[in-house]
Amino acid sequence: MPEKVTLVVFSGEMDKALAAFNIAIGAASMGMEVSMFFTFWGLNIIKRNEGSIKSRGIMRKMLNLMNRGGSRRLPLSKFHMLGLGKWMMGKLMRDAKFPSLDDLVAMAREAGVKFIACTTSMGIMGISKEAFIPEVDSFAGVATYLAEAKEGKVNLFI
Amino acid sequence: MKADATLDCIGLYCPMPIFQTAKKLKELEPGQVLEVLADDEGIKVDASAWCRATGNELLDIEEEAGAYRVYIKKTK
Repeated sequence: MPEKVTLVVFSGEMDKALAAFNIAIGAASMGMEVSMFFTFWGLNIIKRNEGSIKSRGIMRKMLNLMNRGGSRRLPLSKFHMLGLGKWMMGKLMRDAKFPSLDDLVAMAREAGVKFIACTTSMGIMGISKEAFIPEVDSFAGVATYLAEAKEGKVNLFI
Repeated sequence: MKADATLDCIGLYCPMPIFQTAKKLKELEPGQVLEVLADDEGIKVDASAWCRATGNELLDIEEEAGAYRVYIKKTK
């Protein structure tokens, strides 16, 4: 049986997402079974980039307006500088032939990494299933995470 | 060293070389040797860690002019 790796992706910044996907792809390439649990701000990473995201109630509408998410909208956790820092980091990554976050998402899928979205965060923040990219395998809660993590040797919180 | 296939990872950073290696090795038969060309220094240690974890055999790493030739034998 392959060894399991679980990643809780709580953060919604581009640099942290890169780190998470880097580990996920590496682990999958080493023959490990990888699950990524996206929760809270981490859900922004797997929101689709196109179209608007609908939600009900004034507070949720405001939250989802300010917290639109999508792989191409994520800020840097440091030196974001209203997007200038992120643009520069993107340029450095392209110059170094490093894949974009979208490329990493595709590579992770190709390597068999599972994507799970946290339904509690979705419920609190008023985010529906339609807000996410089609690659999301399932919508689940903490029991699903723990059942996987219990069998995992590498369990990370990012 | 003789290889059955070559994978060019020059200019690529982690995790690309191991991702590509894992993919490429699937195309080979057990007993065949894959040559990986890389210039990210991490490959020196990563290649042996990858082989240890996946059960493949690291035959040799040759270093020349800042680049590495890694020879991996597919075992299963």
